[in-house]
Amino acid sequence: MPSTWAHRPGRHGASTSFPGVSGQEDGEFVIETRGLAKAFGDRQALRGVNFGARRGELLAVIGPNGAGKTTLLSILAGIRKPDSGTVSRPPGEIGWVPQQAALYRRLTVAENLRLFARLEKVSDPEASVEEMLEQTALGERRDDQAGTLSGGNQQRINIAIGLLARPAVLLLDEPSAGLDPRQRERLWDFVLALAGGGTTVIFSTHDLAEAERYGRRLLVLADGENLFDGTAPELHAAVPESGARDFEQAFVAFLRERGH
Amino acid sequence: MRWLFVKDLQIMRRSPLLTAILVIYPIAIAVLIGFALSRGPAKPQVAFFNEIPEGTPLVIGGRQLDITGARGELCSRIDCIDVSSEEEARQMVESGDVLAALILPKDFITDIESLASLTPSQPTVRVLVNEEDPIKAGLVNDRIDALITQANLRLSEKVTRLAANYLTLLLRGGQLNLLGQTLDVLGLQNTQSILEAIQPEIPKDSPFAGALQRVITFARLARQNLDLAKPLLSSIAHPIEVDKEVVSGSPPSLDAFAIAVAATVTLMFATVLLVAGSLALEREENAFTRLTRGLVAKWALLTEKIALGIALSIVVTLLMLAGLSLFVDIAWGRFPLILAAIVAGGAAFAAFGAAIGGAAKEVRASSLLAFMISLPIAFISLIESGTVSPALYDVIKVVRAVFPFGPALDAMSGGLDAAGPALGLPILHLAILAVAYGVLARIAIRRFV
Repeated sequence: MPSTWAHRPGRHGASTSFPGVSGQEDGEFVIETRGLAKAFGDRQALRGVNFGARRGELLAVIGPNGAGKTTLLSILAGIRKPDSGTVSRPPGEIGWVPQQAALYRRLTVAENLRLFARLEKVSDPEASVEEMLEQTALGERRDDQAGTLSGGNQQRINIAIGLLARPAVLLLDEPSAGLDPRQRERLWDFVLALAGGGTTVIFSTHDLAEAERYGRRLLVLADGENLFDGTAPELHAAVPESGARDFEQAFVAFLRERGH
Repeated sequence: MRWLFVKDLQIMRRSPLLTAILVIYPIAIAVLIGFALSRGPAKPQVAFFNEIPEGTPLVIGGRQLDITGARGELCSRIDCIDVSSEEEARQMVESGDVLAALILPKDFITDIESLASLTPSQPTVRVLVNEEDPIKAGLVNDRIDALITQANLRLSEKVTRLAANYLTLLLRGGQLNLLGQTLDVLGLQNTQSILEAIQPEIPKDSPFAGALQRVITFARLARQNLDLAKPLLSSIAHPIEVDKEVVSGSPPSLDAFAIAVAATVTLMFATVLLVAGSLALEREENAFTRLTRGLVAKWALLTEKIALGIALSIVVTLLMLAGLSLFVDIAWGRFPLILAAIVAGGAAFAAFGAAIGGAAKEVRASSLLAFMISLPIAFISLIESGTVSPALYDVIKVVRAVFPFGPALDAMSGGLDAAGPALGLPILHLAILAVAYGVLARIAIRRFV
């Protein structure tokens, strides 16, 4: 089995350089929210969240449990409707990759990709299947049932399905949850390559090291409130008196300072 | 929707256990029902202990009756197992080897013969039963009661016929065997004729003329009244005659009804379980949100599941009917009607299954829920009016109306047999239920996100 994920130039650009390096943060937002609010019964999951993401940007949404990360992503994906506020989406599809692999375990890898390619009304489903098999480096396992694959490989297919329609924006909900370190590294190589190709990637994570390492911008949510929008060094700098030695300590101090 | 349908078929193909159950279940049901219908009901086994000395004749009114034939007739209705003692009979009943024991006591024949004498005594048959099982006890009681009633009827016919013979002798005269002697009986008819012949010879002013006339009148009246007594006697043997008139409903044959029940049960389980499980699987595989995020409308997903259920119900039910046709006649000439009943029933059951799958959200929970709801409803729907209290039957009618089993059974009966219910109303009923459960399923899957 191939050891790394392959990557391709995205349709939004031929560059394979990483975002943040080539100055892709500049320009208009591809996806943007204004005053996004959502409540589940008495619990307020989101409280007026504003943010935007540019083409090719890698945005990490972080926060403690129950902060509203998954709710925000599911509203961006169009799965849930906000109680108030607006979401400006790019024309075409937004790729959605839920935390748990959303695929049929009794279908083969190729059948899963083919099914969703057809449902996405991709012009040439077979070509898309081949392309994704190549990108995920799972060509040799194309006829294996998805349920027989490791968690990491299932997550690859999960992401590949989200990419079938070649979306301008890809939403990843806890993409590395349950993966071992090697699988994580492969996953992030692949995601970085996507962003380098011009795809805007918004991902949620509990892993602060991962957020610091791969998120070119961070969005900190706590109790549904958007507390911070900036880079990791900016977050560190926001708590100069805390004496935090690393990002994790800075993050905790930041939350404590703001009453969370 | 087409690709979802193909996907579900692929998943079914990859689930050998599920596919095997879906194929084997209808065939197994077909074989079971087929054997049951083609073999007829089994005779209950009853131990038979005859204490009457061998060769004892049964003589009523001077006529010897055939006891051997009576035993044969009895044992054609039940499976008689001859035993040699009352103790053996008792043990067989206690151990459950037989449903009951029938004991004819020594003096049984004598007692029967005494019915035609001036000192009758009641003949008694002893019955030993094991009433640990209420269903068996009911069955045995019904069978024994029926047999004894029939035996009583036969005996009363014989005794009545004997009484009628005596009456005929009294009316017309003849010979009577009594205590080994043959007596000549003149008879009322001859008495009247003799007296009427003598009457002209008696002078009108004779003191005997009036008395003679009174005797002649008595003989005539007695003869006429005894003539009337004979049909009265025969009516005692059959006091009640049944004049049955069907004022409502023309029931299908029992075979057709049994096939309809089997087909509807098969249709119900296969369709409800498959659709409930298939819909719950969409959530269990986390595919639901991905699908309904814009790729497939929720209604389209439900429609696809219902279509899958209908397709499966057609295959499974026709497979079962084909299997049954090896044992019993299926009216294949009515195929369009059978198909219409299957499609309508399949649609309602599929929508019902979708509502269950939507409510349960997990495959295992949906299967359990499907069984827990479907099985009692099927039983309840088979309860007929008059067998329970009116208030309870009103509740049952509501259950029949709200769940698809009752109308599906009516539709299937109507499809299989021309004597069954008309198809229009059950199909309309099923269509309404399909829509109603479809709406419920649509509401239920809102919880999937």
